Amino acid sequence: MSQPQLRKPVECGVPDHMQYLHPTLRKNYGNWKYHDRPRPGVLHHVSHSGEEVWSVRAGTQRQMDVYTIRKLCDIADKYAEGHVRFTIRSNIEFMVADEKKVAPLIAELEKSGFPVGGTGNSVSMIAHTQGWLHCDIPGTDASGVVKSLMDELYEEFIHEEMPNRVRLSTSCCEINCGGQADLAIVIQHTKPPKINHDLVANVCERPSVVARCPVAAIRPAMVNGKPSLEVDEKKCVCCGACFPPCPPMQINDPEHSKLAIWVGGKNSNARIKPQFMKMVAAGLPNNAPRWPEVAAVVKKILRVYKEDARPWERMADWIERIGWPRFFEKTGLPFTKYLIDDWRGSRSNLNASTHIRF
Amino acid sequence: MAKKQHDTPNLDQLESGPWPSFVTGLKRLAKDKDGMTDLLGHLEHSYQTRKGYWKGGTVGVFGYGGGVIPRFTEIKDDKEQPVFKDAAEFHTLRIMPPAGMHYNTDILRKFCDIWDKHGSGLIAFHGQSGDIMFQGCTTENVQKAFDEINELGFDLGGAGPAVRTSMACVGHARCEQSCYDEGKGLRTIVNAFLDDIHRPALPYKFKFKFSGCPNDCMNSIQRSDMAIIGTWRDNIQTDEALAKKWFAKHGMNELVNDVVGMCPTRAIQLKEIKAVSKDAAVSSVAVNDTQALEINNKDCVRCMHCINVMTGALAPGKDRGATILVGGKRTLKIGDLMGTVVVPFMKLKTDEDYEALLDLAKRTVDFFAENALEHERTGEMIERIGLVNFLEGIEVEVDPSMISNPRTNPYVRMDDWDEEVARVKAKQAAA
Repeated sequence: MSQPQLRKPVECGVPDHMQYLHPTLRKNYGNWKYHDRPRPGVLHHVSHSGEEVWSVRAGTQRQMDVYTIRKLCDIADKYAEGHVRFTIRSNIEFMVADEKKVAPLIAELEKSGFPVGGTGNSVSMIAHTQGWLHCDIPGTDASGVVKSLMDELYEEFIHEEMPNRVRLSTSCCEINCGGQADLAIVIQHTKPPKINHDLVANVCERPSVVARCPVAAIRPAMVNGKPSLEVDEKKCVCCGACFPPCPPMQINDPEHSKLAIWVGGKNSNARIKPQFMKMVAAGLPNNAPRWPEVAAVVKKILRVYKEDARPWERMADWIERIGWPRFFEKTGLPFTKYLIDDWRGSRSNLNASTHIRF
Repeated sequence: MAKKQHDTPNLDQLESGPWPSFVTGLKRLAKDKDGMTDLLGHLEHSYQTRKGYWKGGTVGVFGYGGGVIPRFTEIKDDKEQPVFKDAAEFHTLRIMPPAGMHYNTDILRKFCDIWDKHGSGLIAFHGQSGDIMFQGCTTENVQKAFDEINELGFDLGGAGPAVRTSMACVGHARCEQSCYDEGKGLRTIVNAFLDDIHRPALPYKFKFKFSGCPNDCMNSIQRSDMAIIGTWRDNIQTDEALAKKWFAKHGMNELVNDVVGMCPTRAIQLKEIKAVSKDAAVSSVAVNDTQALEINNKDCVRCMHCINVMTGALAPGKDRGATILVGGKRTLKIGDLMGTVVVPFMKLKTDEDYEALLDLAKRTVDFFAENALEHERTGEMIERIGLVNFLEGIEVEVDPSMISNPRTNPYVRMDDWDEEVARVKAKQAAA
C-alpha cells in the first residue's frame, strides 16, 4: 500500500521580526533616545529623530482562545495600525504614533475586560507554566493559580505604587519552569515517590533514573519478582526528579504536595548583582480552585515590602538593607530550621561575620 | 450538535473576578468543539482530585525529531478506555516567535484560523522558553496544522535534548537602553542551529537568550546556557536638558538618595560644576546652575541603575556590544547556577562581529555536545571540569573579569607557573 506523500518541512527557523514591527518602531529601529510613563500601563518613547510612540500594555490570560485573540486583533486594527507585541510576562502591547489614540484605546481595552497596567512599579502578570491543563508532571495548576492571584493583585497591576517593579512566578513542580522572581510560588513535595512496581521495568530506563537522583537515594531492586527501583526514604529529598523519566514513581500527592513561597530573585544587574530567590515559607495547602492560603502569604509579604522598602529597592535590595531577621519579624513568617541551607555550597549562605542587626 | 457540557463547579469559580479568565475562554471554545468540552471535564477532574493526568509519548511531524509535545489522557475507565474521549489526545506544537514577539493582526488571524480548523482553538502567547504554544491537537491533525503554520514562514521550536527556542527583548525596536541588535543576534545564532533544534541529539537542552542591556529583561543570566547581555565600554552619555528637566521634577533629595546613594560602586558623586574632574574617563552633567553629577566610568560596573532612574539624561555609551555568560540554570541536579562571564566584552556592530558571536556559540555547543554527560547542563559540566578546562576547550583566554575573586585555597598543581607567567607577559607585550 502506498503512503500519501508527506510534505517536507521548510526549515525556515525564526522569521524576520522587521516585517511585523509597528511602522514607527521599524523607522526608528536602534535609534531611541529616552522614555517616560505618562500613566500606569502606558510607555512613551522618544526617538533621536524626534518621533514618538505610545505603548499601551494590558494583561491577558496567556492561555487564550481564538475569540480573545481576534478581539485583541480588532482593537489593534482600530487603534494601533494593526500591530501588537507580547512581553515576556504575556502582557500585550499596542503601539500608537498618535497620542490622541491612547485614551480611547485604553477605554476599549478596559471595556473588553483587559486590565491596563503592568508597567513601572507595578505588580506585573505572573510568569507561569502549564499545570494540570497540559503538563505531564504537574503538582498543581498554573493558569488557575495565576487567575486567582491576579484577581487579588489586580489593583497593584493597574497602579504603580510599589517601591520598584515586582515580578512574580508560579511553578507546578520543583523544576521551577516559572523561573526566578521577586516572589515565586513553587510546589514542594513532602513525601517520597510512591512506586508502582508492576510498571517500572516496562516504562523506565532504570540506570538513567538512578543517575537522575541528586542524593543517590534510588537503587535497582527486585520487587515481587520483578526488576524495579527502590528509594531510600531517609535520604530522599522529595524533589521529584525521578518522576519525569519514570512516571510509575508518582511524586504528586493531593495532600502532601504543598506550596512554598520564595522571595528576592532578581535577574537585573541594577544595584546589587543578580540574586537567586530564597525559600521563606512552605507547607501551604494545594487548595484549588483559588488557593486562599497562598494568596494570604503573598499579599502579606507584598504589603510589608510596599510599606517598608525605599524607592527603587527591589525585594532583594530591601531585604539586603533590613536583614533576614527583620524580614521574618515584619512579615510574621516563622523562621524554621528547614530554611537553613544544607545543600552543596551552603556555607556561603551562612553569616560569616558579626554583622547582626539588633 | 455540540456535546453536553460537563459540570465544572471548581472551574466555574475561576470565571469571577477582574482578571481575564482562561476558563471563560475554554468554555467559549467548548460551545462548538467537543474536544474542549472534554478538556474542561478533564481539567475539572484534576481540580477535584488535585492531580495531573497527562502522559507523554511520541508524536511529531515529518522530517523533524522534536518540537511537538505529545499529551495522552490517563483518565481511563474499567475497560481502559478514555473517560474524556474527545480530549484523549491534546498535543502542543511549539512554534518559534519573531524576536521581540512582534506581530501584525494579519498573521495572528491566520494563526487563529489554522488552529480553529485543526486544533483546539487555544493558543498561549508565550511559553517559558518563548514558544507560541498551539495547545490541543489530535495526533492526526498535528501534521496538517504544522504544514499550514510552516507555509506562513514559521517553524517548530525545540524540545528535549536540543538547542531550544530563544527569546530577545524588545531592544532595538523600542528601547533606548539597547546595546546591540538583539533580533539580529537571535536570528544569526538560532537559525544556524536549526539542525540541533529539530533533531535532538545533545546531552541535554541548550538555551540562548538575548538581552539588550544589563537590566536583562529576558532573565538570561539565570535561565540560559549562553546569555548575550548588551553593555558598553566607553563613558556613559549625558544630556543636560533632560538632566535639568529630571532634577526640576524630582529635586535634590531624590537625586542624592535614589541616584548617587544607590550606585553599587560609588562611581557617582555630586559636585560643584567648577570642581568636576576633566579626566577622560569621567562623564558629567549639570543638574542645575551650580551642581553636576560626576561619574567615574572606570569604577562603573554598568549596572544600569542610574540610567534607569534618569533615562535619557544618562545613557549607555557609544562603544557597544555584549557580555557573554555561560552556564545558567535552575536547581536540577546540583543546585542553581548563574551564568558566569566567559567574554567580558564582544563588540557587536558589523556583520563580522555577529559572525564572531556565532563562532563562539558553535564552539560552545560543540564542546558541550562532546563533553557533557547525559542529562548534564552546560553549567554543571563546567562545575565538574572547571572553568579553565572549559575555556581551553572553546579557545578563550582567561580574564580577571571572569571571577569574583581569585582562589581562596592552595589545592592546585602549579608546576608550570613560570611558563604560564611568561606566556601571559608575552601576550601582553604583543597586544
